[in-house]
Amino acid sequence: MLEIEIDGKQVQVNDGSTVIEAAAVAGSYIPHFCYHKKLSIAASCRMCLVQVEKAPKPLPACATPVTNGMKVWTHSELAVKAQKGVMEFLLINHPLDCPICDQGGECQLQDLAVGYGSTASRYQEEKRVVFNKNLGALVSTDMTRCINCTRCVRFTTEIAGEMELGQAFRGEHAEIMPFIEKTVDSELSGNIIDLCPVGALTSKPFRFAARTWELSRRKSVSPHDSLGANLIVQTKHDVVKRVLPFENEDVNECWLSDKDRFSYEALSSEQRLGAPMIRQGGQWKQVDWQAALEFVATGLRGVERDHGAASIGALASPHATVEELYLLQKLMRGLGSENIDFRLREVDFRADGKRAGAPWLGMPIAGVKDLTRLLVVGSFLRKDAPLLAQRVRQAAKKGLHVSAIGPNAEEWLLPVRNRALVAPSAMVATLGQVVVALAKEKGAEVSVALLGKLPETVSDEALAIAQSLASGRKVAVWLGNLAVQHARASELQMLAQEIARLTDGSFGFIGEAANSVGGYLAGAVPGAGGLNAAAMIEQPRAAYVTLNLEPDLDLANPAAAMAALDGAQLVVALTSFDSPSLRQVADVMLPIAPFTETSGTFVNCEGRAQSFTAVAKPFADVRPGWKVLRVLGNLLALEGFAHADSEAVRAEALAGDLASRLDNGVEGIVVSSATGPAGVLERVADVPIHFADPIARRAPSLQKTRDAAAPTARIAPATLAALGLAAGDRVRVAQGTASVELVAQADDGLAAGCVRVAAAHPSTAALGAMSGDLSVERA
Amino acid sequence: MLSQESLQEIDREIAKYPPDQTQSAVMAALRIAQVEKGWLPKELIEFVARYLGMPPIAAFEVASFYNMYDLAPVGRHKITVCTNLPCALSGGVHAADYIKEKLGIDFNETTPDGKFTLKEGECMGACGDAPVLLVNNHHMCSWMTTEKIDQMLAELDKK
Ligand code: SF4
Ligand code: FES
Ligand code: FES
Repeated sequence: MLEIEIDGKQVQVNDGSTVIEAAAVAGSYIPHFCYHKKLSIAASCRMCLVQVEKAPKPLPACATPVTNGMKVWTHSELAVKAQKGVMEFLLINHPLDCPICDQGGECQLQDLAVGYGSTASRYQEEKRVVFNKNLGALVSTDMTRCINCTRCVRFTTEIAGEMELGQAFRGEHAEIMPFIEKTVDSELSGNIIDLCPVGALTSKPFRFAARTWELSRRKSVSPHDSLGANLIVQTKHDVVKRVLPFENEDVNECWLSDKDRFSYEALSSEQRLGAPMIRQGGQWKQVDWQAALEFVATGLRGVERDHGAASIGALASPHATVEELYLLQKLMRGLGSENIDFRLREVDFRADGKRAGAPWLGMPIAGVKDLTRLLVVGSFLRKDAPLLAQRVRQAAKKGLHVSAIGPNAEEWLLPVRNRALVAPSAMVATLGQVVVALAKEKGAEVSVALLGKLPETVSDEALAIAQSLASGRKVAVWLGNLAVQHARASELQMLAQEIARLTDGSFGFIGEAANSVGGYLAGAVPGAGGLNAAAMIEQPRAAYVTLNLEPDLDLANPAAAMAALDGAQLVVALTSFDSPSLRQVADVMLPIAPFTETSGTFVNCEGRAQSFTAVAKPFADVRPGWKVLRVLGNLLALEGFAHADSEAVRAEALAGDLASRLDNGVEGIVVSSATGPAGVLERVADVPIHFADPIARRAPSLQKTRDAAAPTARIAPATLAALGLAAGDRVRVAQGTASVELVAQADDGLAAGCVRVAAAHPSTAALGAMSGDLSVERA
Repeated sequence: MLSQESLQEIDREIAKYPPDQTQSAVMAALRIAQVEKGWLPKELIEFVARYLGMPPIAAFEVASFYNMYDLAPVGRHKITVCTNLPCALSGGVHAADYIKEKLGIDFNETTPDGKFTLKEGECMGACGDAPVLLVNNHHMCSWMTTEKIDQMLAELDKK
């Protein structure tokens, strides 16, 4: 600890602190632009000059380390004179266009100019002009306003992991730009808008939409990935105009992914469903709530009477709130059906009934920084969990060794030290090899349950991964979406559990969606005798209730799902959007509120229950999902639907100690070391980042990004050649009887014998399961 | 994109630095690339960047920072006249003006026959020899009086 006196106040700070950090502890504000607590120190703006005892000149507080007994004055005459001088220089080239600048009212330069600028400029010469750059669909530029603090450059390099912006040229000609004609394509790009202290980088979708002081703001939680980023949602006249991060060091820090930030545009999409609709005689008709709900209640009772309660199934989105999921399962169980599931893209449910608790990350999100070894199994980590990947990226700089197993090796912008690039059908065997090698390294026995079930020979890659894990002090194994959606997911879970045991580490699930943990806690999984999501499709039901999903995009086997729903007597869809596929198969569509128009709770991957309230009045005749389900419960004369508010539902759903309900433990799964038959092509399906849920896929600006490009058939170059195909060929990808036409693309980050065809996209929705065999031939 | 000789030369530069810091060779690599191709088109900068395993924009930062790298095509003879303060006080600007008049071009322009390009340079560390100029980045000329400029241009014209 070091002693420092700042503005006459004694404070103690950690060794290695800078003066600006110490000032924050002492409660003294030092004006600054280039300094940012999450970025490296550039000391380029000089706004933070302060007076330091015995120093002949003012020193930059952001770059001056504290020494013991140092005395600093942040507002002395010398300091303020220096700060004012710097401000005068900064304003020399800065345009005086605050009235037409989107940053006006929330601009650091504007604010500080009030304190440190003079009323008139002494500068008579020409001001410089910098041409704007095209950074893509999300970030708008007015580069003449740039003060060259380089925060944006440092963000892309250090946090996003790829230097997409740089400071080219020199001196007064210096300008911030991407490499000639490139855009900024990072999935975290929107953060540079927040970081830019002036109006040089602003939000393109928000451009000229409102002034900051006209907006009302409320806290909320992102409904997309499993991190549950904390949001500030800003509205004007009940329309969401902008989404910003709410800083939460334990969850999203001060960042948001672009999906969290820009998906709000979908909330005013033309596809929002504004009123209940019923299909009568093949025609969709708008009806009032009363009529719609009575239709549903009568319909469900009718099916129950004619075919029994077990002929009704409920499929819910993992992006639905705890309250909605809880009431839906209560409704189903009230009707006497155990058929409820929210794990729409999963296919292996052998672990049901053998789990010790709700599957979760197995560790706190903030704990990533303490890890020394991490094994990621079957994950599109960077696009599926952008901010979790960001944490791993930071930890990797501090010595975390990352290993990966899976069919995909796309760029994660972080060092993956060991990788076993294997087809999905070989993942279980490969993980088994890691267990074998690890036990040997550790001189330990494998668990009885696995004895005789593990491979005998160990590949070099598996050995390297095992050695890496064996040498770790704090080890974690994460199962990604591909592992969860894997045909042998529960075997992977058993093996991950074994690795955690052998390394005395943790294992868990990254989680597909905002409520992947919450769905379990809410009980939205089938009980004894109930059908899971896959079984409800394989054994078609007479009636389905769907919650916030699109059957052609959100289920493991869209073709089969569409067929099952199409054949049902009654399909009740609770949905925020008037989805074309629901129009095709549903009989009733009930408009329910998206996250901004209802209160609710998401439980993120670390088991943190985060509740939020509505930030805007519901659109048109929309109602919160939990209320709709409550009324339905009452109409069906079921017990226990008397909740006064969503808190009451939450209290019932999440009663007791949540942490004690989280447990990844699993027992009694038979693991086999079998691999798939040789010579077949296997499908690898990612869920593209901006198509993962109904909101994201309707956000126009996100849809214009590189991440939203139409999927191709990605094939390893050798496999492509073996098929007699070349990159760029139009190919027909077939699964069973279903097929689609795509463009072939060579992908050297893919295991041989695999074809990566994205799911959740209209162009591939005609296909079947996300895994399994497929064939590819020239179209 | 570059000849075998140039690549070998770049490899020799890379070898001077620790294996995980190949990007330290960026200045040398850009120089070698420019010598071969005459200037640095963006594709070439990108090629060099990828060769060194660094982001293209980082190589562009370097290429655009130093004015001896040419980001646009130049004539056969690039004449860079120093006009920084010490030179300016000892006739540097006049020397530049004289060349401008003689060649009929301004700074950053090339004669229509593609022979000469004129550039404004930064201090070459030879202030005592003012006016100084540099021919094609590698040949330094001191005390450039109008006579000597005439003579130099006549010689270059023949090449
Ligand atoms: S664009 Fe903004 S963040 Fe980037 S250097 Fe300029 S002022 Fe700083
Ligand atoms: S904040 Fe210290 S120099 Fe910019
Ligand atoms: S100023 Fe011209 S060489 Fe130094």
